[in-house]
Parts: sequence; structure tokens; C-alpha cells
Amino acid sequence: MTMAPKREAYDVVVIGAGPAGLAAAATSAEAGLSTLLLDENIGPGGQVYRAIASTPVSERNQLGADYWAGVDLVQAVRASSAEIIQRATVWSLDRNLDIAVSIGGASAFVKARRVILATGALERPFPIPGWTLPGVMTAGAAQTMLKSSALVPDGRTVIAGQGPLLWLLAAQILRLGGRIDRILDTTGRGNYFAALPHAFAFLTSPYFAKGLSMMREVRAKVQVVSGVTELAATGDGQLASVSYVAGGTRETIPADLLLLHQGVVPNVNLAMAAGIEHRWDELQLCWSPTLDASGNSSVAGIAIAGDGAGIGGANAAVVRGRIAARAAVEALAPAAAEKLVPMATLRADLARAERGRVFLDTLFRPAPQFRIPTGDTIVCRCEEVTAKDILDAVAIGATGPNQLKAYRRTGMGPCQGRLCGLTVTELMAQARARSPQEIGYYRLRAPVKPITLAELAAVPQSEADVKAVVRG
Amino acid sequence: MFKRSEHDKRPLVQIFVDGVAVAARQGDTVSAALLVSGRDARRATAVSGAPRLPYCMMGVCFDCLVTIDGVGNRQGCLVPVTEGMQIEIQKGKREIGK
Repeated sequence: MTMAPKREAYDVVVIGAGPAGLAAAATSAEAGLSTLLLDENIGPGGQVYRAIASTPVSERNQLGADYWAGVDLVQAVRASSAEIIQRATVWSLDRNLDIAVSIGGASAFVKARRVILATGALERPFPIPGWTLPGVMTAGAAQTMLKSSALVPDGRTVIAGQGPLLWLLAAQILRLGGRIDRILDTTGRGNYFAALPHAFAFLTSPYFAKGLSMMREVRAKVQVVSGVTELAATGDGQLASVSYVAGGTRETIPADLLLLHQGVVPNVNLAMAAGIEHRWDELQLCWSPTLDASGNSSVAGIAIAGDGAGIGGANAAVVRGRIAARAAVEALAPAAAEKLVPMATLRADLARAERGRVFLDTLFRPAPQFRIPTGDTIVCRCEEVTAKDILDAVAIGATGPNQLKAYRRTGMGPCQGRLCGLTVTELMAQARARSPQEIGYYRLRAPVKPITLAELAAVPQSEADVKAVVRG
Repeated sequence: MFKRSEHDKRPLVQIFVDGVAVAARQGDTVSAALLVSGRDARRATAVSGAPRLPYCMMGVCFDCLVTIDGVGNRQGCLVPVTEGMQIEIQKGKREIGK
């Protein structure tokens, strides 16, 4: 079943088969460039089109028309000459555009003339008390199971947080006959006023009508509590109840499943490990790569498309994928680029797809108490480090995330900071009265996903490799 | 915590969880099959032994770590079930040789 890349070198290697990666690989291959698409999941689609080629949910309106848009993207890339490898985990990418990828327990190496990173987004950490308890998951996790295996919650279920995905998930769970007992909306009251100046662009975007009808659909069936300002999960080894404060009143409700969501942030690990420059985004409260208008990063030959380039949603991701691929074609085979959609058209498409984004970012900007925890709340899930542990380390001299590793091992577990990095940066920035940009982020390195020593040891060595480490 | 849809017509796949036969469906990940099995699938963390279940289901949180066919520390959310697959709930850190 496992399939190593057919060649040692490609014109374009695309990493990630979500909306951006699918569009990029199809564009590049259609222009005649040798193209390899590597993806970690079982099938193509990324998160938004998860299991698009295999979902058991066949009634189309249950997942919604936006989901099924993924079918065409997959068909286009499958009809092209692009080589596609699923369950392929890229664990290294460097400035020479050398790529190491783990497939079926063995590593392969390929070289690219251009790399398009389409590693997408992950859900923002939601570090509330008890978020490590069994029974607490992300909303995205529930949606993944819903799309790929048609599983829905059937115990006492609470959904908490904010953002478009939360409402989409709730609607999908209800359509498939799942159970939701309560929705706790954490959108800050002040956010509505802050977002107001950006409302016009949103009102004229396609998201507005869809969002409104979805919220109506959910509110008709589920009790929604808005203005939630505190949230905690409790239980002894298993979630038992969720307690929250809304309008100054605390309430505790029994629960078997708590689904958390407060937006998504770029998945930066591979890009940062490749040495690509990132900046702190004050609006989206995350690290975003520094890119030019075609998605080219600070490392020559590597472009980033999709939500990994800054959160823009699936439609924007598709266009960004096409733009990055067209730029690669222009650089490598200018004559072939003439057959592709003109860059000016793509840029207009992108502007349309990004319409209303500032409104969403402002409205759903997560409140500080849900981003920056206190006391015994766990920040680093892997190494089980609390907010207090981190503040204690700051008090005795830890200056930033990389120093903190030596004090507390934060970010050094298997997730490599994916679930704690943003929290650590913001927590330390607050404690030291610095900006997140000044505090910085973990210095990430390959392998960006854990691989076994046996797999590493089995990698073929050249004479130069041996000479580099053997004396004499 | 989760239930299956009655419209799910995917073929059955039999897996074994700590030696006990469990019915999964073709296309399920190991983590999804465990969560819907009704069994206690909580692993114990390597650091404190605290119980955990999968959190993200998309390959980033590593709370789904599980022993699959004798190999420890596998991300159960990224591995599809196969007929006869042997799954062990991992208690604590990966053992040497596993």
C-alpha cells in the first residue's frame, strides 16, 4: 500500500492536500510541471473537505453545499499528471528545498525547484481549567469524526466558544440526529461594536446570509447562552460537568462531552522549521508568515498558500493556491503560464474571497481570559505545565519560550508546541509587559513530527554524511 | 459519547482492543473506532499518568497516542483501521522495543 515518490526531484512539491494544496497541485501539473502532492491524511481534502472522497454522509444537505465544493478540486488534481501520496508526513524542509517525508514507516527524500506549503490551520488553543479531561475535545475534532465516519455526539453535549465553525458544526450535528444540550457563546460583548465599522464588507459577502440562516437553524433547537465570560470543565478523570459565568451568574451543568472552539490559526511548524520569517498578527492574534502578493516567503523557492499564509477561509485558500502555483509556473516555465488564468483575474478572485474577513476576525477575536490562563490551568498539555509554573519560571529569569524550555520543558513534548505555543507567547508577553513579537516563539526544527530512531538510522548515508561525523 | 449513523453502510472491519474484538467501519481511524466503541479508551500520559482521550482528531495534539500492532506512540487519529488490527491502550510512555 505504501508508495514512495516515483522521482528524486520535482519541479513543484506541494505539501498539504486541503483546498490550497489541491488547487496548487492541479494548476502546476496542468501547466506541465512535474508535481508531487504530499499529504498526511488518509484521503485528500484537508480539514474543510475532510473525507470528501470517502464520507459515509451521503445526503448532501447534511454537510452543506460548501463542503461538496471540494469534489471538483479533488477531481481536477486526480485528472492531472500530479503524483499524489496520502499518509505522507513531511518531517523536514530546508533552504535547499530538500524534503524528507515519512511514508509507511520509511523515509524518502525529494528535491524541489519550488515548494508550495499548504499546511493549513489548526484550532487555537483553548486553555480553560479542565481542558485536558477525557470528554473535552475541539469542535473540529467532532466535525472530523462527523465527516469521515458519520459519528455524532449522543451523550450530554455542550459546545462552547465562538466563530463560524462552531455554528456550522452545531447545524451538522443536529442534521445528522446528534445531541447538543447547550451552546455557550463566548463572543465578547464589546466585539460587536468593534466589528461594526467592518460590517458593510461582511454584509455584502456570501458568508452573511449563510451564517445567519445557520444560526437560526441551530437556535430553533438548542438553548444558546451568550456573553459567557468564564468557562471550566470539571470531573475526576473524566468530564462530569461544565461550569460557566454569563451575565455575572455562575451555572454548572452535567456533561459527557464538551466541544471547544475559538477560531483557527496558521499551522506554522514546517514553515518555521524551514526558516521562514513570521510576524505576530495583532488582529488574528497568531504568527503569520511574511509573504509577497504571490505567497513567496522569505526563503527563496518556498511559497505558502491557504490558511497557513494567514487565516482566510477555504475559498481564499483555493485562490491563494492557484496564485502560488501560477507564480511557480511563471518562474519555471513562462510559456506555459500563458495558458493559465491571468494573475490579475486571480487577484480579483482573492479580493472577493477575502471580503468580510476583517469583520469576522474582529467579531470573533477571543477574549484575553480564554487565551491567557492563570493558576493551575494546564498550558502545555504534553509536558503538563501550568500557567503558574510558567509565571514562576518568568519570576526567576525565563525571558521567552526558548528559555522556558530549559526551565519547564514546555513545547518539548510530541506536539512540539502546536497546542501551547501561542499561549506561552501571550502569557510571557503579559507577564513581562512586552509585545508577543518581542517575546517570540519556539525555535522549531526538523523533525517537525516525531519519527523513530530506527527510521532515521535506516536513512541511506552518503560518503559526505559519514565524513561529517566520523573523525580521521 | 458518540454514536454511529444508521445510514452508514460502510463495510464492517473487526479490530481487537486489548484483545477484545470491536466492530469498526472501513474508513474509521483507530481513534474514531475507539471513541465510538463504548469501551474505556483512556490512555495514561507519560508525565503524570493522567487519563486522556483524543482532543484534536487531526494529528496535532498527540493525545490519541496508542499502540498499534505492537508499535507504541502511534497517532491513532491518522491511522485507518484494518481487519484484525491489534490495538493496545497505551498506559504511560512507550516501552522500549514497542
